[in-house]
Order: sequence, then C-alpha cells, then structure tokens
Amino acid sequence: MMAKRTRNPLWRFTGVPQGAAFFFAYLYLPIFVLIFFSFNENRQATIWTGFSLDWYGEVLRNDDILAAAGNSLIVATTATLIATFAALVAALGMARSRFRGQDAVNAVIAFPLIIPEIVTAVATLLFFVIVGIQLGLTTVIIAHTVFCIPFAYLPIRARLEGMDKAIPEAAADLYANEVQTFRRITLPLLWPGILSGAMLSFIISLDTFTITYFVAGPGATTLPVYIFGMIRIGITPEVNAISALMLVVSILFVSLSFAVGRMRR
Amino acid sequence: MRDGSVAAIDVRNLTKVFGSGSQEVRALEDVSLAIARNEFFTLLGPSGCGKTTLLRLIAGFEQPSAGQILLEGYDIVRLPPFKRPVNTVFQSYALFPHMTVAQNIGFGLEMQGWDKPRIATRVGEMLELVQMGSLGDRRPTQLSGGQQQRVALARALANQPKVLLLDEPLSALDFKLRKEMQIELKRLQRETGITFVFVTHDQEEALTMSDRVAVMSDGEVQQAGSPEQIYERPVNRFVADFIGETNFLQAEVESEGERYRLPGGAVLSGQDPHRHAAGERVTLALRPERVELEAAGAEGLTGAVERIVYFGTDTLYFVAIAGADLDAPFQARVQNRDGSKAQFSVGERVGIRVAPDAVQVLVD
Amino acid sequence: MGAFVDLMRRSRPARVGALIAPAMLIIGIFMVLPLGLMAYVSILERGINGGVQWGVHTVEAYVAFLFEENLLGELSVNPDYIRIFARSFILSFVTMAICLTIGFPAAFYMALQPEKYRNLLIFLVTIPFWTNLLVRNYAWILMLRSNGLLNEALLGLGLIEEPIELLYTNVAITIGLVYSFLPFMVLPIYASLEKLDLRLVEAAFDLGANKRRAFLRVVVPLAMPGIAAGCILVFIPSLGAFVTPELLGGSKSMMIGNLIQSQFGAARNWPLGAALAFALLAIVLLAMMVYLMRFRRPPSAG
Repeated sequence: MMAKRTRNPLWRFTGVPQGAAFFFAYLYLPIFVLIFFSFNENRQATIWTGFSLDWYGEVLRNDDILAAAGNSLIVATTATLIATFAALVAALGMARSRFRGQDAVNAVIAFPLIIPEIVTAVATLLFFVIVGIQLGLTTVIIAHTVFCIPFAYLPIRARLEGMDKAIPEAAADLYANEVQTFRRITLPLLWPGILSGAMLSFIISLDTFTITYFVAGPGATTLPVYIFGMIRIGITPEVNAISALMLVVSILFVSLSFAVGRMRR
Repeated sequence: MRDGSVAAIDVRNLTKVFGSGSQEVRALEDVSLAIARNEFFTLLGPSGCGKTTLLRLIAGFEQPSAGQILLEGYDIVRLPPFKRPVNTVFQSYALFPHMTVAQNIGFGLEMQGWDKPRIATRVGEMLELVQMGSLGDRRPTQLSGGQQQRVALARALANQPKVLLLDEPLSALDFKLRKEMQIELKRLQRETGITFVFVTHDQEEALTMSDRVAVMSDGEVQQAGSPEQIYERPVNRFVADFIGETNFLQAEVESEGERYRLPGGAVLSGQDPHRHAAGERVTLALRPERVELEAAGAEGLTGAVERIVYFGTDTLYFVAIAGADLDAPFQARVQNRDGSKAQFSVGERVGIRVAPDAVQVLVD
Repeated sequence: MGAFVDLMRRSRPARVGALIAPAMLIIGIFMVLPLGLMAYVSILERGINGGVQWGVHTVEAYVAFLFEENLLGELSVNPDYIRIFARSFILSFVTMAICLTIGFPAAFYMALQPEKYRNLLIFLVTIPFWTNLLVRNYAWILMLRSNGLLNEALLGLGLIEEPIELLYTNVAITIGLVYSFLPFMVLPIYASLEKLDLRLVEAAFDLGANKRRAFLRVVVPLAMPGIAAGCILVFIPSLGAFVTPELLGGSKSMMIGNLIQSQFGAARNWPLGAALAFALLAIVLLAMMVYLMRFRRPPSAG
C-alpha cells in the first residue's frame, strides 16, 4: 500500500520532491566539496588542477596534528568509558521503578543537551579556575564526560524500555538470582544499546569544539581546537585533508553505531 | 481438596495493595483459596479483577500486603521467586531472545546447578514432550507464536515445578491454534501430573479445560467450584452474568427454598443455597437454553415474541413478559432440531416452560 | 560491604539511589554547580587584572550591558550589546524560518516514502549532526569565498558580473546556521508526519478538499507539534551559536556567543561574560518553558 502511494498521482504535492532534493543537496554538497578539494594537487584550495594525496601525507607527517589527535583519542576514550558506565547504571536505576522525582532525574540527565554549549563552556571554565583545578587534559575529560552522559544514556534507556518486562522475571522464575539475571540475561540483551551509546559518546567527544576550546589548557589541544587554529591562520589544503579525515571517521563511526543499535531487534 | 492431603497451594487472607493515599489500588482483598495437587485450576475474571496479581504473588514477583501463601504446607511469602519451586508461563512467553530454544529450556536447570549431560538429556525429553524435537537450535525469533508457546511450556516444565502458573498463555494465538493448545495443555497436565494454575478471561476456555474454576472480580473470589457448579449454580449476579447468558428475574419468596412469585403472578420453583425467608425480594437467574417455548396457555409464564435471531444450531427468541420488571427482554434459546426455521413469529403470544432445577436464586 | 549488598538487595530506594548517583553527581558537580557559580560571578566586582574580586557584590555587569560610563562617570545608553543581542535574535529567527521552509517539504517527502527507504533517509539526515560542526562550517568557507564554488557558479551562469562578497556577512552566518541545525527541524516534523494517518488526507480529498487545502487544513495542523519542536530546536542553538559566527561572520556580525567568548578572551571581563551567559541561559530556559507549557501534550495524530 505504501509503495503504491509514491506512484499514485494523488500523493504528488507540487514542490515537495523538489524541496526534498534541495534539502539533501544542501546537506551534502559542502561535505562532498570539502572531501573533493582535499584531493586537489593545487595549493590554492579551490582551484582544481589534479588529483593528489600529498596533503594527507602532510597531515600525517605533522607532529602537532598527531599530538592533537592523540589528545583527542585519550579524551574521547576516557570520557566515553566514564560516561557510558554512569549512563548504564543510571538507566538501570531508572528502568523498572516509578518514583517521585523521576522526571527531575531525566531533566538533569538531559541538561547538557538543552543548555547552549557556550554557556556550559563559560560556566565550566569559571568553575575550574575558581576551584583551582589546573586546565589541561583532565579538565577536558571532565567536561566531555558531562556532555557525553545523555548521548550514552538515550540508546541504553531505549533498549531497556524496548525489553519485555517479563524477561528478567522469567529468569528469576527459572532460579536465577539478581546477579545471575543481570549477567546472563539483562547485560547480553543490553549490549547493543551500550555499544551504540558508547560509540555516540566517542564521536561527540571527538567532535566537541566550543567547550574544549574554553577548558583546554596548554598542551591539551585536541584535534578540533587545532583545526580551529589552522583555519584562523588561513585556508590551506592541509585543513581540507584533516577536515575530510574527521568527517569520514565520524560518518564511519555513526554508521557502525546505528548498525549495532539495530542488532537483534 | 480431592484426596484430603495437604493442598498444593493454600492462599490465606491474601491482600495486595498497590500505591498509597489517593492512588491506592486494592488489587486483592482478603482472598482465600485452596488448590489441590494435580488439579487444573483456573482463575477467571475480567481484566483488573486481580487474577494476574494473585498469580504473580504465588510466583513471587510481588509481595503481599497481608496474608499467607502456603506451598504444600510451607509459607513461601518470604522466598524470592528464584527460590520457589513454581514456574511460570508468561503471557508474552518471555523467551530469552539471545539464547537458542535448547538453551532457553535448559536455563532453569543450569541455574539449579545441573551438569551439562543431564541438562541435555532433559532438554531432549522436554522438546519431545512438546513435539518440538528438531527445533532445539533455533532462536525464539525464528519460531511461530504457537511454537514459542510450546518452548515456554517446555522451559517451565523442565524444572518439574510443584505448581505451574500460566498467565493467559493462549491469548496471543489465533482461534484455531488456541483450540489446539487447549487440548495440548490438558494432555501435558495429565502426562506430567503437575498442578496447573491457569489465568484467563475467556469463560469458554475456563469451562472446557479446568477441574475447578475461581471466578474473580474486584480483587475478590466470587465463587470457586467445578465448571458445572459455576455455570449451573452461580451464587451471585456477577458470576451468572459473566459466564454465559442469563435472564435475571425479580421475585418474591413465597415459600423458603421452593417457590418464587414473579410480579406478573407466575410462580417458579428454584434452588436457594442461601435460604431466603418467605416475603423477601430475590433475584432469580435463568439460562436461556433451560426454557422451552410453547403455545400460550392460561397458566404459567407468558409473553409476546419481540424479536427472533436465527443462529443455525438454535434460534434466540426475545420475549416481552407482561408485568415482569426486566432490564432486558427475556431470552429463550431454542434448538433447531427439525430444521424448520421459526416455530413462532414476532408478536405471537407464547408460554415459557421452565425446566425443573433451572432456576437459581442469587445472593443479591 | 556485606551490609551494603544487603541494603541494596532489600531497599528499592537505596538501590535506585545508588544506581543514579554517578550520573547525578557528575552532572551536578560539573554542570549544575558551575552554572550556579556563573550566576554568582555575574554579580561580583570585576578584578583589576581580570578575574573577580570575591565578596564585592555589584550589579555593574548588568548595568554595563545597557549603559556605558563616560570619563565623567555619567551613564548613557550603550547600544552595542543590545545591537548584538538584537542581531542574534533576528538571525536566529530568520534561520528558523528558512529551516522550516526547506525542512517541511523534506520531512513530508520522507513521510510519503515506502517504509524501507524511510530509515535510510532518516539516517542520511542524522549523519551531519554527528560530524564535526567546526569542519562543516569550514566547508562553507570553501563554498562562499570570493573565488569559492558559489561565486564561480553564479559567474559561470552569467548571473553576476564579478564575485560578490558573501563570506563574513550576516548572509554567510545565516547559511551556516541553517546548515548546522536543519536536521533538528526535519526530524521532529518527520516524526509527527510519520505518525499521521494518511487516510485522514484521503478523507479530506473525499470531502472535496483539493491538494492545497488538504495540505493546509489537515497535514500542517496535524504536524504542528513537530513544527513547534523543530522551531525551538533550531532557534535555541542558533541563539547560542559560537562556531558559525566565529568562522563565517566578520567583526561587524558578532553574535551573543562571540560576545561572551570575548569577555573571557581579550576583554577579560568575567562578570560581564558571566552575566551575558546567564542572560542567554535565562532566555533559552524561558523559551523552553513556553514551549513545554504550550506543547507538553501534543494532540496525538494516531
């Protein structure tokens, strides 16, 4: 019935397919242009003269970029591990219980999503400076962890909600105690949600710029902060190459995360 | 109890209250029941009557607010579900989606510490028992609804529980499969000799399968007894109304336990377990198929045919009874033995002949 | 330890509390507390060499937002900051309007597709969200430069004689903001359109509505909760945008985000920066509250 609908002239609304085409072009054209020019031989970033992988070579030989990438990975890995753990236990706590203040807990978890990043960045910076925590990788990790919790929480929570409430009861009915039920039933069934949440956290941490820009001290430059610095200096093919790399990594990761999240549904 | 020995399940003054204050819901109110060993016992009632709550209390998923649950004489209220020798077949089946059929069936045994070869043997036996012999390696998601149902049964029965609890297990199946599984369940119960406690809202299912039925409503057991007792001798209006079709007639007791006078003047004889005294007003229950229609005479219950509905095997006549104070027209269900369509026509006056013992006097 | 395990097993509130504690503590200490601190800093006296003077309370930062003090100590209205706030509001509103114009047809188109394509399309819409915002905005520099793709295309088509100045203007910021937040408009609208029973549209046709009327009288009203959610989800982050105006805007097209940042950078006026951030936060929360009060229980289409 649905398949027929697209061919049925009754459902052709003037301008709708055109609007959609414009939308998707708008969404993807800049990305393709960026990736395209990253293979440009010419130093003039927007005049195409020939195919070249030189700029990728430049990027991979640039120690500062590699150091920044290393920082990004350390931050993203640590923040993801902590955020995913906190999100997992919170989701388990929120799952099968109804209590007063539950809405408040959900609101607090969603806080980092609602509040403008610039406000969070300012507040976090003031907090670290006033409390006297030296800005550095640690402060970046802390800020990212806060930001990642809702992204890890949502897929895990969705997975838990989608689970038949009778499943853990069935395990208890079949002589599994709480620990056995968690290890043998709940955790394996939650895995795709946990993995999906962890991967989303990881990309969010890799990509987050504004907060990092505020709370990264010297020596704690992450990749987005470094790229920002490069853009400030000038538009170069290296920026195109490293930007294209970041785009591709993100897209791969998010694709993987979605594929995992849909497992065994 | 059939053999006078200790009951499989003995529920005493069980009360369950959910929530508190203005949101308080009294799911069970002082329920007492005894379920004998080897019995196929059914909890029947509309949704929200407390039947599933009672089942979940026996399984241990909920804690009672007051009262005792004795399993073969021992109070199990304090035991967590994983220490109770009872097993459940869930309405949604609740098969573990990440395990094979065989792993599902063996899970309870594994948790009880059985070794692998013994588990494998028992799983094989259980697969045979539910006629799923070759499907042990499948995942639950690869099975049809009926097959999942069988796995759920096998998984529960593998542990040889003292009592098997079944929570509306057939409600998700289509009509034909449901009929098959009803027979299958009876067979399994006979072969295993395990006490079955079966929850359903389907009266036909309850009547055809059970040794005994408890009809529940508003958190209380309205009546418990054999299917015949429940159907033929309902104690109150709820039971009479919930199971089958019933005519309710207001009457006055003429002589205690014998004769009841209707407003129109007709007199019926009936059974009264509550011994209402002469002069009291009572409600009589009368099944539509326990009456016969005949040409109107001067005596007895008479009325005019209002409407006729043809059902194939029988015909339903709606009869307006003169002087009777009825909520709905009186119904008479007449079997179509001789193939002729209608014996009476709309507007015709008929006499209603009531079979002996057909009238039951209700409590309220 | 044994006592702890025992408590966890017996007491449901204790167990729930222990489970939600890590997330609550992390967000509480490193987000809620800093926001409170920020509000407090906004009423402190500015430090002589940056920072703040503790214990010295003043509303100077809030006054400075509206007025400036000349050398004689007289206050006069300072339009600079107000202008930046006004620009931010206008740009965010225009962004929202453009997103709705582009996003609604796209969402409607997606909702009309067969189910198997729909998930793929949703995925395509979400991908840009997960990619680096900085990099995506940078891509527009390549597009908008005087020798960029857009100018080349317009020149090639003969629409313009010489390259037009696009980059570092309000136009560039708007393009960048629309680009950054467009998925936030499409997804909620799609969600409400997807739930919409298309037989309702058929019923409208049956009752004599032409396509335009069926669209305006049935489709749009039923998509209203999605439209409202989309608008708020685009407006709020646009208002607080920092990266887009920083990269695509010039010194004459500053937005609130850049103004806040500059107070912690060159200007070294923390109380003012905190006050500005607090004002932004207040506006955002107010917008959220209005939205929640009006659309908390969206009329269900299904």
